[in-house]
Amino acid sequence: MATPAAVLPRAMAPAVKAHVHWHDRLAQGLLLVCCLSLIVFLLAPLATILIKSVQDKSGAFVGLMQFREYFATPALRSSIWNTLWVALTVTAITVPLAFIYAYALTRSRMPGKIIFRVIALTPILAPSLMSAISFIQWFGNQGAMKWLLGGVSIYGPLGIILSSVYATFPHALMIILTALLLADGRLYEAAESLRTPRWRKFLTITLPGAQFGLVSATMVVFSYTVSDFGIPKVIGGNFNVLAVDIFKQVIGQQNFNKGAVVGLILLLPVLLAFVIDWIMQGRIQAQFSARAVPYAPKREPWFDRSMLAFCIAVALFLLAVLGMAVYTSFIKFWPYDKSLSLRHYSFGLIDAGVIVSFFNSLKMAFFSAVFGTMFIFGVAYLLEKTRGMPWTKGAVRLLAAVPMAVPGMVLGLGYILFFNDADNPLNGIYGTMTILVVSTVVHYYTSSHLTAVTALKALDNEFEAVSASLKVPFYKTFFRVTVPVCLPAILDIGRYLFVNAMVTISAVVFLYAPQTQLASVAILNMDEAGEIGPAAAMATLIVATSIVICVIYAVLTRLIVRRTQRWRAPPAV
Amino acid sequence: MTAEATYLRLDGIHKSFGKFEALKDIALEVKRGELMVFLGPSGCGKTTLLRIVAGLESQDSGVIIQDGKDISGLPAIRRDYGIVFQSYALFPNLTIHDNVAYGLVNRRQGRAAIAARVQELLQLVGLPESGPKYPGQLSGGQQQRIAVARALASAPGLLLLDEPLSALDALERVRLRGEIRALQQRLSVTTVMVTHDQEEALSMADRVVVMHTGRIEQVGTPREIYGLPATPFVADFVGKINVLPAVAEGEGKFRVGTISLKSGCRDIAAGTAVKLYLRPEEIVVNANGAASGNTLAATIGKIEFLGAFCMVGITLDAAGAPSLVANVPRQTVDATPLEHGQSITVSLPPAALRVLG
Repeated sequence: MATPAAVLPRAMAPAVKAHVHWHDRLAQGLLLVCCLSLIVFLLAPLATILIKSVQDKSGAFVGLMQFREYFATPALRSSIWNTLWVALTVTAITVPLAFIYAYALTRSRMPGKIIFRVIALTPILAPSLMSAISFIQWFGNQGAMKWLLGGVSIYGPLGIILSSVYATFPHALMIILTALLLADGRLYEAAESLRTPRWRKFLTITLPGAQFGLVSATMVVFSYTVSDFGIPKVIGGNFNVLAVDIFKQVIGQQNFNKGAVVGLILLLPVLLAFVIDWIMQGRIQAQFSARAVPYAPKREPWFDRSMLAFCIAVALFLLAVLGMAVYTSFIKFWPYDKSLSLRHYSFGLIDAGVIVSFFNSLKMAFFSAVFGTMFIFGVAYLLEKTRGMPWTKGAVRLLAAVPMAVPGMVLGLGYILFFNDADNPLNGIYGTMTILVVSTVVHYYTSSHLTAVTALKALDNEFEAVSASLKVPFYKTFFRVTVPVCLPAILDIGRYLFVNAMVTISAVVFLYAPQTQLASVAILNMDEAGEIGPAAAMATLIVATSIVICVIYAVLTRLIVRRTQRWRAPPAV
Repeated sequence: MTAEATYLRLDGIHKSFGKFEALKDIALEVKRGELMVFLGPSGCGKTTLLRIVAGLESQDSGVIIQDGKDISGLPAIRRDYGIVFQSYALFPNLTIHDNVAYGLVNRRQGRAAIAARVQELLQLVGLPESGPKYPGQLSGGQQQRIAVARALASAPGLLLLDEPLSALDALERVRLRGEIRALQQRLSVTTVMVTHDQEEALSMADRVVVMHTGRIEQVGTPREIYGLPATPFVADFVGKINVLPAVAEGEGKFRVGTISLKSGCRDIAAGTAVKLYLRPEEIVVNANGAASGNTLAATIGKIEFLGAFCMVGITLDAAGAPSLVANVPRQTVDATPLEHGQSITVSLPPAALRVLG
């Protein structure tokens, strides 16, 4: 060629043909497989709901007919309003409670902070319906303190609200606690040097600093309450809410198309909450400088004592709920024979064969934790640390955020509609342990994904580049460096999946087969049959298992940190 | 085959990120065994160019020849280089020994051979005892040296340094730049370094490539870059400089306001608008007849004491003449004190006046 390439205009210069190494091809292939899995196990089931909602039972297209029918039924229509006002009430109670509790834990010098923190997190360890059973024992027809309600029935909105406040409290607390812990101590010192009174510091520093946490907590509590199925099923009486309506349509009347309609209506408020939260979080960036100094509260006897009193009151409430369930499981025959015995465990669970469902739950939780963690961490790694495929990565990022916005009932419904179709090649997993594990992992995907991404982002971006320059394949560096360094986060994801798999009910209630019945579903069925004792016993077993898992997690994490603190030590100056 | 003088050749390198053109038609030759520095402000494309040489980014077009082989399309893992990043990217969970040995392990050498090589490298960077420690237990400067040792472990033909010193404090930085330069010369490994710090570039490089908005402005030795800047950008970016807008009068003369200055530059047509560049240390203050020409009356403005020299503001008395800054050595100021408002004569040596478009 007469003209050297260098002086050719850009458009004419020959493009470089890059040789892609098979390492990169492997990573890209894996990412593609992961993306496809998320499409099949998340997007396709949700899309099926959309399709079924505009079809009749025979599969013919009927447009919005199903929706019109739905809105023409007053009982169904009232569920929308019921669901919303109950969820709003729960949010209005839980978020302020959690905020004051978190404020006490971070801004006062009251004693026993660790104990209060542990107690506040216990509701996470139990299936949500345990709190409903407990409130029935306290205030139900034969309740220990029924007189306190003065004739108002616990079966209905009151019971749902109380149980939901209990179940959502730790979720709100954790979010707000994180927001308050991020506060920069220097702001408070600056305010103090300007002689700012406490209330003004609260309004000008604390609240603005925590506002995104508050918004997030509000959305989480609202979504949780709207989506939860176990509580209204157990304690709701004749009070209709959307989550139970889906169950009735699908399981009771086998009307999948009407179920799809209710599912879409249930999806709306949760999706809305998710979008609001997402928009708000987009503005949070760079609010806190990396050099923030943690806030150290000063001793203020009057303030500390009132905070302590508040925390004791909340902790007693939480312990009363958990305690009642445990107590119920150990007494002979409520309320006539209150002597202690193990008969609910021995007769009610073991001899009745229901204990199998507990082992099913253990198995399901174990598989979810192991395979879920591997998949979720692997995907996050491929997203953050490999090159190329920007479109696929964008799609996977989006898909990873979706489960947060999908109520478990809707996901479970999508799974039935999609996988129960005889024409689906994956029809074989219907009714197996596999579908329970997959749905659980997908249901709890988003939080785990964020944990993994955060841990990976903290690693040096050039590890992979350095490996390539040293001729070491990326997968070797993944196992030798990335995984060991991220082990605390990996364990955290595993524990999160395990505990949630033990307590989950909403998605799996549609998907279990007789031989794969889970513990939480067994509680529901026993409660329906009036076997409160064995139901409480099963709930207690779940709580005990979750506690064991959390202790194992804590010990393991401590061991790892001790073993690795040599390399975490600050530089010797 | 005799070793060619050119070890690395880049030709016609283009790179765009969306609509942003990061690199435009880069052509460059790096000689065997030399230390070449890419210098420029952030966003000038120097790091992108280094990453393209490393195969960590791919150019849209253009050719890269390393040691006679076309590596334009090769993935990073098949190229021959060692690299040190600003963050060092040492593996935190591996000991220093394992970090340095990381690339040696899969070369099927014996354990003893690897251990010996690692020890040799640790000796080379002056940290022979650090093998069993973890990166977190070393200071920033020590980590940096370990990163260099790891990059050199497999004796690559090319060493790439991406802002290797910018995470260190000022003292450590000055010490380490001497050490790295000495090491590089001892091993005579061809090295490309990226920095935004001109002092670092001038003190370490055999040759400097000054880059600006994705283009090469000038390639030259540090002395050439400083003394004979090829473009206004280089003159401005490297070191401090006085700028005087002027109009050429022909015969090497230039009009600045109402005064006429002589310069060594004769081949500019009369009437052309140009700019004259003059380093502050070239201005001779209190020139008493013996000076080299362009002697003018002036008034002293602000004086800043900076240790080795004083930075002196000077206003030429002629109408329309710009203000200048002169660096006067401390001894000169001590001998004949300068004061604000004092009338003096200054000389702007014709040979030191650089004329650029």
